[in-house]
Amino acid sequence: MSTPAPINNAAADAISSDGRAPGGRGLRLVAPLAALAVCALIPLVPGLPQFWITLLNYIGLYALVAIGLVVLTGVGGMTSFGQAMFVGAGAYTTAILTTRYGVNPWLALPAALAVTGVFAWGVGAVTLRLSGHYLPLATIAWNISFFYIVGNLDIFAKFDGISGIPPIAVGGFALSDGPSLYYLIWGAVALAVIATLNLLDSRVGRAIRALRGGVVAAESFGVDTGRARILAFVYAALLAGLSGWLYAHLQRAVNPSPFGLNASIEYLLMAVVGGAGSVWGAILGAGLVTIIRDQLQDWLPWLIGARGNFEAIAFGVILVLLLQTARDGLWPHVLRLCNVRPATRGHHAEAGQLAPRARSAGEQRADGPVLAVADLRKQFGGLVAVNDLSFVVGRGEIVGLIGPNGAGKSTTFDLVTGVTPPTSGDIRYFGENATGERARVIARRGVARTFQHVRLAAGMSVIENVALGAHLRGHAGPVGAILRLDRAEEARIFAEAHRQLGRVGLADLADRPAVSLALGQQRIVEIARALCLDPSMLLLDEPAAGLRHREKKQLAALLRQLRGEGLSILLVEHDMDFVMGLTDRLVVMEFGSRLAEGTPEEIRNNPAVLEAYLGGVA
Amino acid sequence: MDLSIFLILLQDGVINGAIYALLGLSLVLVFTVTRVIFIPQGEFVSFGALTLALLERGQTPATIWLLLALGVVSAVAQVWQGRRTLSARRVLAIAGTDLALPAAVAAVTMLLAPMKPPVAVQIALTLAIITPMGPYIYRMAFQPLAEASTLVLLIAAIGVHLALTGLGLVFFGAEGSRTEPFSSAMFEIGSLLVSGQSLWIMGVTAALVAALGAFFELTLTGKALRATAVNRLGARLVGIAPSMSSAIAFTLAGFIGALSGVLVSPLTTIYYDTGFLIGLKGFVAAIIAGLASYPIAGAAAILVGVVEALASFWASSFKEVIVFLIIIPVLLWRTWGAPVVEEDDH
Repeated sequence: MSTPAPINNAAADAISSDGRAPGGRGLRLVAPLAALAVCALIPLVPGLPQFWITLLNYIGLYALVAIGLVVLTGVGGMTSFGQAMFVGAGAYTTAILTTRYGVNPWLALPAALAVTGVFAWGVGAVTLRLSGHYLPLATIAWNISFFYIVGNLDIFAKFDGISGIPPIAVGGFALSDGPSLYYLIWGAVALAVIATLNLLDSRVGRAIRALRGGVVAAESFGVDTGRARILAFVYAALLAGLSGWLYAHLQRAVNPSPFGLNASIEYLLMAVVGGAGSVWGAILGAGLVTIIRDQLQDWLPWLIGARGNFEAIAFGVILVLLLQTARDGLWPHVLRLCNVRPATRGHHAEAGQLAPRARSAGEQRADGPVLAVADLRKQFGGLVAVNDLSFVVGRGEIVGLIGPNGAGKSTTFDLVTGVTPPTSGDIRYFGENATGERARVIARRGVARTFQHVRLAAGMSVIENVALGAHLRGHAGPVGAILRLDRAEEARIFAEAHRQLGRVGLADLADRPAVSLALGQQRIVEIARALCLDPSMLLLDEPAAGLRHREKKQLAALLRQLRGEGLSILLVEHDMDFVMGLTDRLVVMEFGSRLAEGTPEEIRNNPAVLEAYLGGVA
Repeated sequence: MDLSIFLILLQDGVINGAIYALLGLSLVLVFTVTRVIFIPQGEFVSFGALTLALLERGQTPATIWLLLALGVVSAVAQVWQGRRTLSARRVLAIAGTDLALPAAVAAVTMLLAPMKPPVAVQIALTLAIITPMGPYIYRMAFQPLAEASTLVLLIAAIGVHLALTGLGLVFFGAEGSRTEPFSSAMFEIGSLLVSGQSLWIMGVTAALVAALGAFFELTLTGKALRATAVNRLGARLVGIAPSMSSAIAFTLAGFIGALSGVLVSPLTTIYYDTGFLIGLKGFVAAIIAGLASYPIAGAAAILVGVVEALASFWASSFKEVIVFLIIIPVLLWRTWGAPVVEEDDH
C-alpha cells in the first residue's frame, strides 16, 4: 500500500475543480493568491474614498449569496427566487439575539446559521420535490410570504425593523467602520470559495453535479438525489444566512425591504450575469451588478427627472439579452479572452485499492440464479407492455433479451432496474425479493446498469462521470469534503475510476468533457461507470449501438472477460451478430410476452422467432 | 361574523376572483402555447388601469411612447432575426404591425385625449394602446429563446417583469390612481347590496370566457393555437407556425391584462406595481390548475378571491401570506407520489 494522495495536489485540485481555472498548475495556484493579496491591500490605498470600500463590502455580501446559487442553480440545476429570504433569516436572527438578549454577535453567528439551515431544510422538504419550473414558482410564493410575515409580526418589529444592532468585535476592537469590516467580509468570501470548491470536488459534490445529468442515472448508482437536492439547497441558504449575519452588523439595522422578492431576483441576476457554473463567475456577477446599479442610481434619476428604482429597467433588459446571447454568463468569455484552458486532474495510480463494496449473504453465495423474474407484468392503462414474463440469469452467464421494436424489452429493463414499479409479479436478485424497490436500493444489491440513451453528466469530465459509479463504495460526507478530510478516499475512488477506464480502453480520454466523446465511446464510459460500482450483475441497454465493428469486437471481448471473472450480464441488444456470438442464452420477447428462450443456436432455428422477425418467410 | 358580512365578503371575493380568473386563463393560454410562465402579465393590468386613469383626466398617457418604442424595438428585432430570409412583403408586414399600427394608435390618442371622450372611447383607446405590447414583447424577448427550456424562459419572464415595472414607474410615477366606476347604480338583492360595477365585472368576465371558448372551438386560428398547445412539433408539421401562434397568445395576454386593469381600476387604487401582485394571484389559480386546465383555473381563481376576502376580514395583515401559501399544499399534492422525473436542462 502506498501513501494517500500527495497533499500539494489537493490545493491545486481545489482551485481547478470547476475545470475552468487558469492553465498551468503553478499559475492556478498563483492567480488566486495574487487576487487575495490585491484584495488585502485595497483598503490600504491612500486616498481611496470610503465609498469604494462600502461598495466592495456590499459586493462581498452579495457574492456570498451568489456563490450559494452556483451550487444550487448552476451546478444542481434548481432555480430559486428565494435566496433573499434566507439572507433575512440570518440577519433577523442575529438582530433579535443581539439587541434583545444581549448575545455577543459571534455567538449569534452559529444561531443565525442554525436558524437559516433549519428554515431552509423545512422549506426544501416541502418544496424540493417539485420539478422543473414549479420549484422557482414556489420559491416566489415563499419569498413574498416571508416578506409579509416579517413585516406584520411584532417579534420582527413589523415594517419598522430592528435598529441598534451592535458591531462585531474582535479582541475588544469593534469592527464598526467599512475598512475594518472589509477584511471580515472578504475573509468570509474567501472561505466560502474554498468550501464550495472543496464541496463540488468530492463524492457529495459529484452527486449534486450529477443532478443535471439526470436523476435516474444518479439514482441508479445509489445516489439519494432527494438528499443531494436538499443538501445543495441548505448549503446555498447557509451562505445566504452568513451574508445576512454580516449585513445586519454592517448596517446595524434590519427591515424587511432588502429581503423581498426583488432582492432574490437580483441575486439570481448576479449568478446569471457572471455565470452560474463557477464561483468566480458568481463573484464577477455580484461585482458587475452592484457597480452597474450604483452607477445607474446616480444618473438614471437625473436623466428621468424623478427618484425611483429605475435600474430595474436596465437589469431586466440585461437579463433577457444575456439569456439570448450568453446563457452561461460572462465568466467563460473572460476565461476565453485570457486563453485559459480547462485544468487536468492528477491521477493517483499509487493511491491504493478502493475497498470492495459490501456484499449481502445472498450475493456471496455461489449457487442459485442472480436474477429471477417471475410473472412480471406492467400495464399502462389498458396497454399491457410486459405480460407475465419469467426468466432467470444464472451466475457467470451472459443473457440477451431480444425482440422486435415494441416488444417490451425497455419496459422490462426499467422494471428490473427499479426505474418503474411493476403492476404485479416478482423480481429477485440473489434470491432476495427486490420487487418494487427503487433504483438506488437495487444498486446496493450489486446491480449496475447502462442506459439506452446515454446519461452522462454534461458538466463533468469522463473520469468524474466514471467516479460517480463508485458512489456506494465511498463514505465521505459534505463536512468532511469541505474540510478536505476525504482526500485519501477520493484518491482511491479516482484510482479505481482510472483503472476501470483503462479496462475499457479509454484511459487517455479521462479528462475530456464527457459529452465531447463520440456516442459509441460514451456508451463505453457508461460501462466503466457501471464497473466502478464493483457489481455482481451488469444490465446493459443496447451497449453496441453506435459502435464501429472493431469496437464491438473489443466490447465483446471485455464482456467475456467480465463473465470469466464471475460477473453475470443481462443485455438488451438489436445487433444480432453481436448477440449471437456473445451470449450463453437468449430470451426472445414479442408483444410483452416471452416468445422463446434458449441458446443462440436454438433461437436461430426457432420457427416462432423466425416468424416474428422475418414475417414467416422461413 | 354574521351572514350579511359573510355575503359582502363573498361578493368581494367573487368579484376579485373574476379578475384573477381572467388573468389565470391568460397565463394558462400563454404557457400552453409558448411554455412561457408569463410573470409580467400583471404589468399589463397596471398599465391598463393607469392609462385609463390618465385618459379620464384628459391627459395624453405616456404609455403611447412606450408602445411606439416597443414597436420599433420589435421591428428591429424581427428584421435582425430574419435578416437572411427577409422578403419585401415580410418587411412591409412588420412595418405595418410594429410601426404603422402604434403610430396610428398614438396619433388617435393624442387627438382624442384632450377632448375627454366618453368612457367607452377611453376604454377602447386603453385596450388599443396596451394590447399590441403583448406581441411586441414576445418578438423581442421570447421569440429568440423559443427553443430554450421552460426554466430559461421563466428567468427571461422575470427580466421582462423587472423592466416593465421600472418603465411603469417612469411613465406613471409613484402615485396611484383610481378611476370612476362605469356605473354608480346599486341593486338590492335580499340583504345584499350589489354595485353596478360588480355586475359589469361579472358580465365582462363571462362574455370574455364565452368569446374565448368560441374562439378556440369555432375559428381556425383558435384551433391552431390549441394544436400548438397540445404538440408544438406536430402543429408545425401540419403547417402552423409556432411563432404565429405564440404572437397571438401574447396578443390575447396583452388584451386580457389591459381589460383586467380597466375592470379593476374603479375598485381599488392602482399603483405602477400593483398589477404584479394581482397577476401573481392569477398565477396561484393557474398553478392550482397545473398551468393546463382552463375550467380549473377559473374555479381556482374564484376560490383565491374568496379566500383573500375572508382572510382580509380575519387577518388582514396576513392575507397575502395566506393567498400565496395556498399553492404550497396544492403543489405538494400535485407532485406527491409522482415518479421521479428528469429535469429539463438549461
